[in-house]
Amino acid sequence: MLRDEDRVFKNLYGVEDWRLAGARSRGHWDNTKDLLARGRDAIIDEIKKSDLRGRGGAGFPTGLKWSFMPKQSDGRPAYLVVNADESEPGTCKDREILRFDPHMLLEGCLVAGFAMGANACYIYIRGEFYNEAANIQVAIDEAYEAGLIGKNACGSGWDYDIRLHRGAGAYICGEETALLESLEGKKGQPRLKPPFPAAVGLYGCPTTINNVETIAVAPTILRRGAAWWSGIGRPKNTGTKVFCISGHVNKPCNVEEEMGIPLRELIEKHAGGVRGGWDNLLAVIPGGSSVPLLPKSICDTVLMDFDSLREVKSGLGTAGVIVMDKSTDVVAAIARLAHFYMHESCGQCTPCREGTGWMWRVMERLVRGNARVEEIDLLLDVAGQVEGHTICALGDAAAWPIQGLIRHFRPEIERRIRARDDRTAAAAE
Amino acid sequence: MSVSNSDVVAQPTSFAFSPDNLARAQTIIGHYPADRKASAVLGLLDLAQRQSGGWLPRAAMDYVAELLEMAPIRVYEVATFYSMFNLKPVGKFHIQVCRTTPCWLRGSDDLTQSCKKKLGIGLHEVTADGMFSLIEVECLGACVNAPMVQINDDYYEDLDPARLEAVLDALARGEKPSIGSQTGRQGSAPANGQKTHAAEGGGQAGE
Repeated sequence: MLRDEDRVFKNLYGVEDWRLAGARSRGHWDNTKDLLARGRDAIIDEIKKSDLRGRGGAGFPTGLKWSFMPKQSDGRPAYLVVNADESEPGTCKDREILRFDPHMLLEGCLVAGFAMGANACYIYIRGEFYNEAANIQVAIDEAYEAGLIGKNACGSGWDYDIRLHRGAGAYICGEETALLESLEGKKGQPRLKPPFPAAVGLYGCPTTINNVETIAVAPTILRRGAAWWSGIGRPKNTGTKVFCISGHVNKPCNVEEEMGIPLRELIEKHAGGVRGGWDNLLAVIPGGSSVPLLPKSICDTVLMDFDSLREVKSGLGTAGVIVMDKSTDVVAAIARLAHFYMHESCGQCTPCREGTGWMWRVMERLVRGNARVEEIDLLLDVAGQVEGHTICALGDAAAWPIQGLIRHFRPEIERRIRARDDRTAAAAE
Repeated sequence: MSVSNSDVVAQPTSFAFSPDNLARAQTIIGHYPADRKASAVLGLLDLAQRQSGGWLPRAAMDYVAELLEMAPIRVYEVATFYSMFNLKPVGKFHIQVCRTTPCWLRGSDDLTQSCKKKLGIGLHEVTADGMFSLIEVECLGACVNAPMVQINDDYYEDLDPARLEAVLDALARGEKPSIGSQTGRQGSAPANGQKTHAAEGGGQAGE
C-alpha cells in the first residue's frame, strides 16, 4: 500500500480545512516563487523526467504536451485551460480536489501556466458542480487577496490571472476542443484537428488543456523531484493516482494509490472487497465507462496502469473502477452506457449521431433476447464503423463498451436469444 | 434539451436582469476579453434561469443575446444544447435522479420509482402545487456515493428510497436538509473510517 507520506492529496476526504490556511498547512503555496525561479525549461524538463501522464483519460505525457506551446509569443496570448468538466461515468476524483483542496489546483495552474508562457488560465468546471465551483471561487479570491496570483504572482514578476467558467451540462465538453468551443460561448461541438490547440486554441491562441488531477500534482512533483515521483509505480506508468471505486463493493470510495496496484488489491484493501466476496465478481469496468469491461478471470491478476490495461484490450482511462457482481444483468449495464452515449453525442458527425442511437436500440433488444444471433455480428460491424470515423473520441467511447461486452459475454447474449426463441416456439405449439 | 410542439408553454413577454443580476452579469462578462463577450453566455443564461424561477423563457434568451451582442439564434442554439437549461417551468424543487450505470448498479431505478409514487408524477412532470418536478439525468459525477440525486444546486448522496423520501419531506416542510451523504460518510471516504491518512484524519487505524 502506498505510504501516507507519498500521498499527494492529503485532504482527499475533506477532513481538514480546504481554505488557504489549511492548504498552507499541507505545504501548498510554500515558496512557489522558488519553483518559478527555476525557469520554464527546467520546470518542463522536470515534469518530463517524472513521466507524469495526463489524468483525464488519454494518458498523454504531460511534460511533452507543455513543450508544444510556443517558446516565443508571436503577439498572441497563451492560455492554460483546466478541464474540470468531470463527467465520465464512474469518475468522481476531480470533484474532491475542487471542493476539498482547491488551492492545490490553483498553485498548479500558476506553475503550469508559467511553464507554458501563459498569463491567463480558465478553469472549466461542469455546471452541476455548483458547490464545488463556489469553493474554487472562494479559493481564487483568497489567492488574489494574498498576492499568490494576479499581478506579480507570488512575487515572481509573472502576472497570472485565473478565472472560473461554469459549464451547463454536456459530457462532450470534456473533449478538449468542444470545451474550447463552449468556453467561447458556442455549442460544445469538437473541432477538427489539426490545428491542435497548442497552435490554435482558445480565441485562436496557443492553448493547453489539462485535467484537474494532472495540474494539481505538478507542484508536488517539482518540490519532491521527478525521481521521487517516477520511483512510485512502474516504468512509464509512474506516480500516484486517485482511483474511484464504485458499484458492487462493500465500501465504495475514492482512494489515492500507487499506479500499477493490482486491481484485486485495490478493491479488497480500500473498498471492502466485492459484495459477497471476490468469487462473486462478474466483471469490472476499470477506467470509466468508455473503456471495455474485464471479466473476472482478467481482474484476478491485472495491474491498474495505462500499459497493463491496454495489454488486456481495455484502458486506465480516468481510473473510475465500476465493479459488477454476479447479480448484475451485464447486458443491461452496458445498454445503460449505450443510452448515455446516445444522449451525449453532440450530433455533429453522422456515424456517431446515428450510430449511438442505433446501437442503443439493438442493445435494448439484446437485453431481452429479442434479436437474431446474426445481429450480434451486425452490431459489432456497426460499432466498428462508428469507431475511428468521427471527429472526436466519443464515437470510439460509444463503441468500446459494446465491443468489450461481446468479446467477453457473447455466450450470455446468445443464451438470451435462444431462451426467447424457445419460449416463442413453445407458445406457437 | 429538445424542443417539440408539445412543449409549448406560456411565455412572458419581457425580461430584464434585476440590478443585482445585472451587476453579476457585468462581473462575468469582465472575465473574458472585451471582444469575446459571447463567452459569458452560459453564465448569463444561468443567471436568467435563476431569476425566472428555474426555467429559461424565450424573452430571457433574447435579452441575453442583446446584452452580449449575439444573434438570437446563437443563444437559442446554446440554450437547447446544454442539459441544465430548462425550456419550460420546473418545480420549486427540481429533482434530477442520476440514471447512469454506477448509480443504476446501486438502485437508482428504485429512487425514480419511489419519487414517482410519492409525488404522483411521471418524468418531466411538475406536481400540481408546483413544489416538485422530476427528471432522470446522465452521470452527475458522484459515483462512489451512489445512488444520488441533484435537487436544484445540491447533491444528496448514498441514498435509498427511504432516505430520499426523508429529504423530500424535509424540503416540503420548508427545512434545509443537510446535503451530501445521507448516511453520514465523510466525503468519498470508505464507510466506517478511512484507512489512509488515519493519523491526520482521525479515522480508524490502517493496517
